[in-house]
Amino acid sequence: MQTTLKSFHSLEVAELKELVIAGRKFTSRLFVGTGKYPSPDILRQSLAASGTEMVTVALRRVSLTEPDPTIAAIDFDKYLVMPNTSGAKDAEEALRLARLARTASGLDWIKLEVTPDPVYLLPDPAETLKAAEVLVKEGFIVLPYIHADPTLARRLEDIGCAAIMPLGSPIGSARGIKTEEFLRIIIEQASIPVVIDAGIGMPSHAAQAIELGADAVLVNTAIAVAVDPVLMAEAFCLAVQAAEKALLSGPIEQQTRATASSPLTEFLE
Amino acid sequence: MKLIINGDEQIFDHPVATIAQLLEQLAVPVARTAIELNGAVVEQHQIETTALQDADHIEIVSFVGGG
Repeated sequence: MQTTLKSFHSLEVAELKELVIAGRKFTSRLFVGTGKYPSPDILRQSLAASGTEMVTVALRRVSLTEPDPTIAAIDFDKYLVMPNTSGAKDAEEALRLARLARTASGLDWIKLEVTPDPVYLLPDPAETLKAAEVLVKEGFIVLPYIHADPTLARRLEDIGCAAIMPLGSPIGSARGIKTEEFLRIIIEQASIPVVIDAGIGMPSHAAQAIELGADAVLVNTAIAVAVDPVLMAEAFCLAVQAAEKALLSGPIEQQTRATASSPLTEFLE
Repeated sequence: MKLIINGDEQIFDHPVATIAQLLEQLAVPVARTAIELNGAVVEQHQIETTALQDADHIEIVSFVGGG
């Protein structure tokens, strides 16, 4: 996300670049995953409290005995519902999932994730790139989940991905933005939106990502598994808005030395 | 008639002519459901007309909560 200076009431204030992915405009920079909520009703309320316009879902075999009630809680007219390819261990499985997801959703949007490693769920860069190339050619709007690798991010942008989703730390780990230096490079270089995906555990992490210049964040576990998911969803909404307002306000530069905020005269001088 | 549905073999007393009929019998809604027939994706608009044969392998998948 780039900020540009704009003259406003004789003040120099920043203007945030609008978030547009594949021609679709988003006013909320918070995307929300729909896994692991305690009930469909809590999911519905949490999505409303988050102010999100984009939610993610997974694709699984239908249980013929116990249908999953979760999806009924999602308003497909209100939110853009983006399926993911979670569970894919290689490019071939991701392609199969993406093609099935497209017939089920009727939409071209796909969050591409290829995670063969069961311990850290880290994305496989080679398989992700391979799958992304095919999906882009098949007309998908591809948002790949990747490590915070600036070179890979560039390659994915070059082949036509709609946005990139680098991780802050492993999925569901709640460890926050541990890849900051590389996210900075990705954000600096990218011409497509950058959505920080995994590892966000607290609203402060989401604010940090937006302050770094990320276009959006995707949060799931931190909201879904909180004792009160609806309250946490609201907290994330406020944190993202706080960071946006901070960027708009024209934040000060970091200094190594102190700068007094009180007058630098001796007491009673 | 024998069909392998999501990996499990199921026997039907009467022949099931199409995928749409199968979904109806299983009480699975067509909307937001994706079907694979013997490894090939069946598009939504083909669900009504795609015929089933004995011993076909059918995958029925749909959305669940996910991140």
